[in-house]
Amino acid sequence: MFAQRTTTPSEARSGASYRLPPTVTEAVVTVPRSRRPRPRGNRSRLSRIAGLAWVLPALVVLGVFVYLPLVQNFVFSTQESDIYTGTQQFVGLANYEKLLGDPIFWSAFGNNVLYAVLSIVFQVGGALILAAMIESLRSSRWRKALRAIYFIPSAISLTVAGLLFYFIYEPNLGLLNHLLSTVGLGGLAQPWLGQESTAMVSIIAMSQWQGFGYCTLLFAVAIQRIPSELYEAASLDGIGSVGRFFHITVPLVREMTGLMMIITISGAFQVFNEVMVMTSGGPNNSTQVLASWLYRSGFVRNDFGYAAAIATVLFIVTMIVALAQLWYTRRRRVEF
Amino acid sequence: MNRIGFVGAIARVFVWSFLLGLVLVVLYPLLWMVLNGFKTNAELFGNPFALPLQFGWQNYVDAWNRGVSDYLTASVLVTITSTITTVFISAWAAYGLTRVRMPFGRTISGIILGGLMLAPAVALVPLVRMFQAMGLYNTFWALLILYTAFRIPFTTFLIRSYMIDLPREVDEAAEVDGASRWTAFWLIILPMCRPIIISTILLHVLFAWNEYLFAMVFTSGTTIQTLPVGLTSLMSKHGTDYPVVFAGMVVAALPVIVLFFVSQRHFVKGLAEGMGK
Repeated sequence: MFAQRTTTPSEARSGASYRLPPTVTEAVVTVPRSRRPRPRGNRSRLSRIAGLAWVLPALVVLGVFVYLPLVQNFVFSTQESDIYTGTQQFVGLANYEKLLGDPIFWSAFGNNVLYAVLSIVFQVGGALILAAMIESLRSSRWRKALRAIYFIPSAISLTVAGLLFYFIYEPNLGLLNHLLSTVGLGGLAQPWLGQESTAMVSIIAMSQWQGFGYCTLLFAVAIQRIPSELYEAASLDGIGSVGRFFHITVPLVREMTGLMMIITISGAFQVFNEVMVMTSGGPNNSTQVLASWLYRSGFVRNDFGYAAAIATVLFIVTMIVALAQLWYTRRRRVEF
Repeated sequence: MNRIGFVGAIARVFVWSFLLGLVLVVLYPLLWMVLNGFKTNAELFGNPFALPLQFGWQNYVDAWNRGVSDYLTASVLVTITSTITTVFISAWAAYGLTRVRMPFGRTISGIILGGLMLAPAVALVPLVRMFQAMGLYNTFWALLILYTAFRIPFTTFLIRSYMIDLPREVDEAAEVDGASRWTAFWLIILPMCRPIIISTILLHVLFAWNEYLFAMVFTSGTTIQTLPVGLTSLMSKHGTDYPVVFAGMVVAALPVIVLFFVSQRHFVKGLAEGMGK
């Protein structure tokens, strides 16, 4: 689309960072291509096998602690087992049947979906608009400051953010209810996390507060890569800031938008920390998500087989999202 | 030049009030958290908007004595050790994948980077049984191993994409000069990767400091609880002494906020690299 441009400011910048130390560059210059030794024969086969040593630690650690448990999980999901007595027996797909008939599993799944949808609207859509607003400011100092301030909640842990909002939502000492009554909306004050109708949305709202700065930062980086000439040309043609946002910014950061959506969806299905800290899945299991229901099934109710079946569902969903990501990143990239 | 040209004054006012309003939404809860760490319980339940009557460190001392010192030690220990193991194992792997010819190179690269796709929760049940069988459940080693294992794919991915762009001539020159692979890695390639190594260290520190799922499931004894888990036990163990909890939250949050501001540039670079390739 904009292929006629060959160098962008960001390319020029990244090029500069590869400058080698002087001694190395000299060495490069003094060795003519023809005199470089080439690997050959038996020695090279031996050295190729020896080369495995470099990746061996990573392979062993991943094999034993990531891939092996993944396979074991499928086996466990076909068993009924008790962690204390240690007995386990093969029950086929019984755990999966139980899963399909479990209303809490379905409501947990629904909560993950709600999480994903709201996060895409606010964390991806909202962050894109916000990043465009920030990057349109003239003062580079303000741009930098705002990006950094918005990022702070993403640096602190979800545990701290979750506890903080647990207190903010708390009916007696919480900021939110006091704020509502201060502005004359005292009628809206309620136990946000204590009732089924508002608990899940309140948790998701906290998560938007915690995560929007991260997305904004990444969108800002993507927007900075767009050549400013495009914006200037559009201004000269009399296109307003909203028009420039839709005709230049949105199409040219679509790669980042796609990646962010995929990462957000994948994250939404792995939610655990904030739910455990704020409600532990209550009240009345209304805020259970797949991971918290997995935890509760496996480690509180000691139904390991059932927990493993939930884990399989989690695996399938994250796998689909990951493959979508792989497919997406392999496509042709936006070029300026 | 500016990117936006002439915006209507009203739009400008709207943009600025929105941006600054959001600053308030971000900072006020954090400020409230810090202020609550200085209040007494009565003040906290009185008026949530009020400032503390006096700024004393009593809540911090209490928090420290009620376990925060242990949580902090555990967090620091786990963070430092797992950063070292993850970054070294990943840097070796990245070097092997980009520089060394080996049998099944592509498959190996797929296995290591494929780990990026897997959600830790999926492996939770088998991991608990495995660590119980190995006698490592409820120990520092469980977290060290898990934080390393589950972060190798991402860390290797970042370092690898940086190493790929380093010119080949450097290696060949080193070989001509008689340097072994091992020497070339330590003395030439690794120092050249400094920028990305710093980024990966920062991202790993942020991860290990804040991680909750593994920390919660694999450490229930106080001596090796990390801060995120410790804070929740501080909350449940001591009833309604909330100011102490707030003090503990500040202790958990402050180091990473400071780290972020000190090293913002590397942070952004690491994040952008992780997303971009």
